[in-house]
Amino acid sequence: MEAIGWTEILGRMAMQLLPVWLALAVVFAISITWKRRLGLYGKLFDSRVGMVGFALVMFWVFAALFADMIVTHDPLSQISGMRNATPGSPLRDPSGRYEYFLLGGDALARDVFSRMVMGAREVLRIAPFAAMISFMIGISLGLPAGYLGGRLDTGLTFVANLVLAFPVILLFFLLVAPEIQETAIPRVMAGILFIVPVLFFTVLLNARFFTQPARRNLYVGAVMVVGLWAYSGLAFNLDPLGVWGMSPNLLNVFVAVVFVNAPTVFRIVRGITLDIKTRDYVAAAQTRGEGTWYIMMWEILPNARGPLIVDFCLRIGYTTILLGTLGFFGLGVASESPDWGSTINQGRRLLTVYPHAAIAPALALMSLVLGLNLLADGLREESLKD
Amino acid sequence: MLLFLARRIGVMIVTALCLTFIVFYLTNLPAKLETLAKTQAGSRISDAEVASWLDRNGYNQPMLARYGEWLGVVPGWTRVDGDGDVTGRCYRAHGITDPGAAPARCGLLQGYWGESTRFRASVPDVIPPRLGATGLLMMWALIVMVPMALIVGVLAGMREGSRTDRTLSTFAIASTATPEYVSGVVFIALLASSTAGLSPLLSSWGWIDAPVLFQGNARSALEQITFWNFTLPVMTIALYGMGYVARITRASMAEVMTQQYIRTARLKGVSFANIVLRHALRNALIAPFTVIMLQIPWLLTGVVIVEVLFSYPGFGWTLFEAAVNNDIELLLAASVVAVIVVLLTQLISDIGYVWLNPRISVT
Repeated sequence: MEAIGWTEILGRMAMQLLPVWLALAVVFAISITWKRRLGLYGKLFDSRVGMVGFALVMFWVFAALFADMIVTHDPLSQISGMRNATPGSPLRDPSGRYEYFLLGGDALARDVFSRMVMGAREVLRIAPFAAMISFMIGISLGLPAGYLGGRLDTGLTFVANLVLAFPVILLFFLLVAPEIQETAIPRVMAGILFIVPVLFFTVLLNARFFTQPARRNLYVGAVMVVGLWAYSGLAFNLDPLGVWGMSPNLLNVFVAVVFVNAPTVFRIVRGITLDIKTRDYVAAAQTRGEGTWYIMMWEILPNARGPLIVDFCLRIGYTTILLGTLGFFGLGVASESPDWGSTINQGRRLLTVYPHAAIAPALALMSLVLGLNLLADGLREESLKD
Repeated sequence: MLLFLARRIGVMIVTALCLTFIVFYLTNLPAKLETLAKTQAGSRISDAEVASWLDRNGYNQPMLARYGEWLGVVPGWTRVDGDGDVTGRCYRAHGITDPGAAPARCGLLQGYWGESTRFRASVPDVIPPRLGATGLLMMWALIVMVPMALIVGVLAGMREGSRTDRTLSTFAIASTATPEYVSGVVFIALLASSTAGLSPLLSSWGWIDAPVLFQGNARSALEQITFWNFTLPVMTIALYGMGYVARITRASMAEVMTQQYIRTARLKGVSFANIVLRHALRNALIAPFTVIMLQIPWLLTGVVIVEVLFSYPGFGWTLFEAAVNNDIELLLAASVVAVIVVLLTQLISDIGYVWLNPRISVT
């Protein structure tokens, strides 16, 4: 068989990505039809930049979801004769497999296209959740620091500045290592960091519903049961049912990324809180005699949502970059993992001769982060229009 | 002002102590010491031999005591051998074995930084030349980055919402979305590969003599920096930082352009170029100045990536090697340098902000 040209490669890739195109078309059709009823999300479809960003992000989200249908080969299996194959090379002996390596093969004769698609799953499994936990920690500590001030504020700000003064890369070198995984450090840090979301939701619901004990008990009880169940599994690997769990590698990476991100979120939330707490509606709530946590969680936080949503998108992008950095230095990833950072790292050894193995994941990572940044820009623009 | 400086420096010292202790703690975990013993004394030694090696080399004391030794506030460990010779931290530091000849304390305060196990040299011999190499790289990166970022930001911000603004803002966003390991890889593939990108095309047309346009390896830049071996590393670092500074400049410029005094100047009939250059620019550059200073430590991650990617043996590459080989004393010294750079740039940015902006006072 002949090697195929770039037109056919692109055509075949588009064919493989068919589920993604369909899902994107459905999402856009629904969103644009009812955009006036969808609040800030709907307004996103008024801005071209926002739409492009949203499309890029959703492309990778759907690629990660449908990865099993999209991949042409097993991302881990090696196929003889395909070492460093150029894009569009045919398989020597297809025998029931897909006939071509669409984006070529890497130094271990694995399919670059399939690894790139599977890499999306690796990244999107961690980045949004790490960003979410960082946000909950930043909010839970930033609100009281900004609203109450005093010693608490001084202490928390000092700790946040301490972490921020640490060069990120040094922290990664020190914190993400096999030797560290043998110690209790990641588990202890996870134990402290992961309890915060549970406390966050408990306080959030308790502050709102404590006047209606029946509903309060129901909501808080549900949060406690689910939260502590997930907490026991994720932080200590003690889930009795085995639903929640993280490998030591993943936990190590997760903890390091959250640890780096949380202080920045803390500073943002604290700054916004300092601004909002002087508003009249906060004074009105204080005069009504509302509790401190109610004012923080239900008066200040909802009014701070604009900048926080924007920063959340940016932070997922930054987390993606951090994960790529970790992979690039071979920190905390399994040796065969198809994640983009380590694929770039493996590809760079033969970069000047066979660039395709490193270029594909590099462009994938860039397009995802670009999408998130454009999405954040669109959201900022639309939320400022009110 | 003096009180402000004194307080800031006090906080800086406390921060530096905390950070170095964290680094010390993480590099001196039992598992890491075991790795160190195995790399130093042979990889197949038994657990008992590891323990005795650690004991002989003074690693068996409490963590705080050894941190104190490293700082130079606690007397260094000593031990008398069977034949009457004395060894100890300070005896090794000065290369002597006579009892009582070495000073009691030897650490940072006495100017002793320790030995690098990876490079088999003393730390003061390893770090300064590499720091110099990185300084050169950073200097060129800043020379490229700052003017470009300011020009892009000012052009975009002087007419907010115009087509120029949209194009330049998208460019700035794209640049912040391209981390160094992506842009570096793309640059190498595009400009420094003999089989792909532009180089084969240019060389077949006879426009360039060498097989590649730029070199993808910057090791030769250590002897002599040329346009060919230094362009790609510099561009890679500059690109990622540029977008952020440009966006801050744009926001700051856009805000200044809505001020009353700009409107007054326009009504007086001052030309647009004059308004931008004479009236707006100075005030618009206050915010970017702080951001540029704060960018310098942030560039450190980029420096490590770029130096590893282009095999340029500078400070970042040394940090990477020290971390990979668990070279404790080199890693500690490197982190002291990194932390000092971070804290100093923060201080300079604060002072500069006050100095540039008379509306803000430190008291």
